[in-house]
Amino acid sequence: MKASGFPYVVPMLLLSVAFFATPLAVLVGFSFSGPGGATVEHYGRFFGDAFNFRVLVSTARLGLETVVGTTLLGVPIALLYWHSGRTARQVIIFLTLIPMLTSNVVRTFAWIVILGRQGPISETLMALGLTGSPISLMFTEFGLLMAMCQIDLPLIILPLIAILSCTPVQFTEAAQVSGAGPWRILVTVLLPLMLPGLLAGWILVFASTSSSFVTQAVIGGARNVYVPQLIYREVGTLFDWPLASAIAVVLLISTGCLLVAMTMISRHRRLVGHA
Amino acid sequence: MRDMKENPVPALLYKAFVFGFGSLCVGYLVAPIVIALTMSFTSGQTLKYPPEGFSFRWYEALLDPVRSATEHAAAWNSLKIAGLAVLGALLFAVPATIGMTRMRRSTVGTIEPLLLAPLVLPSLVYGLAALIVANFVGLQPSLWLTVTGHIVVFGPLMYRAASVVAQGLNPSLAEASTVMGASWFTTLRRVTIPLLMPGILAGAFLVFIQSLDNVSVSLFLADAQTTVLPLRMFALIEESLDVRVAAISGILIGLTLVVMLVARRVLAPAKQA
Repeated sequence: MKASGFPYVVPMLLLSVAFFATPLAVLVGFSFSGPGGATVEHYGRFFGDAFNFRVLVSTARLGLETVVGTTLLGVPIALLYWHSGRTARQVIIFLTLIPMLTSNVVRTFAWIVILGRQGPISETLMALGLTGSPISLMFTEFGLLMAMCQIDLPLIILPLIAILSCTPVQFTEAAQVSGAGPWRILVTVLLPLMLPGLLAGWILVFASTSSSFVTQAVIGGARNVYVPQLIYREVGTLFDWPLASAIAVVLLISTGCLLVAMTMISRHRRLVGHA
Repeated sequence: MRDMKENPVPALLYKAFVFGFGSLCVGYLVAPIVIALTMSFTSGQTLKYPPEGFSFRWYEALLDPVRSATEHAAAWNSLKIAGLAVLGALLFAVPATIGMTRMRRSTVGTIEPLLLAPLVLPSLVYGLAALIVANFVGLQPSLWLTVTGHIVVFGPLMYRAASVVAQGLNPSLAEASTVMGASWFTTLRRVTIPLLMPGILAGAFLVFIQSLDNVSVSLFLADAQTTVLPLRMFALIEESLDVRVAAISGILIGLTLVVMLVARRVLAPAKQA
């Protein structure tokens, strides 16, 4: 009985090996390929160009800034969820899912409207007299960050809500009865409770920012280039596939390292929290 | 309690933070969707917001079969790819979920990461890898290559959604059916699959939405004839900021809302809380 499950798994396993693991292995091999055998020439070309290195750094920076931004926006929403009744909780989940399930291109389009010269931000600043002429936040890093934070926000809210929804209210009531004020409960009970969710959210947000293409290309514009656009440019315009593969491998390794580092930091903090 | 009586300010500040700032954050999350939706009813020529007036002109332009022939073809391609990706996910991921419920935990722990790996990998990197391999074996980018890519990348969503339900199932239900003399196929059809249905539906929904929205895989694997909707929108935005994009956005947001309401109805009895 126990062993009879394996045949069911075989098709998907084969699909994973043949169409997922193999292409990745080929990609890695391709990034080392040269006319005379294995070479690190493509990596040399990538790191030899200061521009590429700057792109790599700004991709990581955008990812980390988005992680911070989504955390600052996501935790209050999670707290709102925690202190809400049954109906309000369902409304919050619904309002989180709508943007999440709406196409990325649609959300990016919305931000074009918002950040543009004739958009609500510019109009409001004009009406308040803070600026004399229309301003556009398009093609700026700040505008891009605003958009990325909104687009990736559900990724951090949902893991937090998942934890809070199965936590009984008595959890904080106990602390309250013992005389802890709300801020103290937030720091000593709720935040440690949410930490695993935060970690899951950080990883999702960072992975999403460092690899998504449309929002960066459209709102970042030609002046703010990130690794995904770099890869696409090498493939689509310059036809330099080995270099594109090398960049892809660098992207994988650098995001991988940052994700591991984030995991370790949060584990460490959790230990501190429990001590 | 003593603290709070002595000084009510921190408690008030906390309330203001959670209910005030928390609501503002929810507003930040939802406002862009509302803005995209209302933008689509503008009567103006530009993306000026608030819109200059109310009209359906951009929806009319979008539905016009001559003016928007490219967009219609792109939408049709996207629907085809998403439908086939769901079908592929059903064929590969649902059996895998069922199989996993009948295997030892340690074996599951070894195989599962491999099955779920595509969810972690940036799909842009996967698109490039698949393009290189396809090129090696002499395949040109095409609709079918795109579909295959989507099954590989989004199939795990189906697996995950279904296995969440599968983990909560009581294995004795299937055993009972077998003990009572049902064949493995009858057990599958009458017991296992109906029990997994909420997960399968949720998975199908996720795969469909993700496939419809995907740019980074289609970017590499779709040929010139199979323009997909998000790439077409991307092109419209980059080229001319055509207001028809707002109408497409409006339709997509409307569809999302409808599907979500339907999903709530269908899935609600199965889920508690």
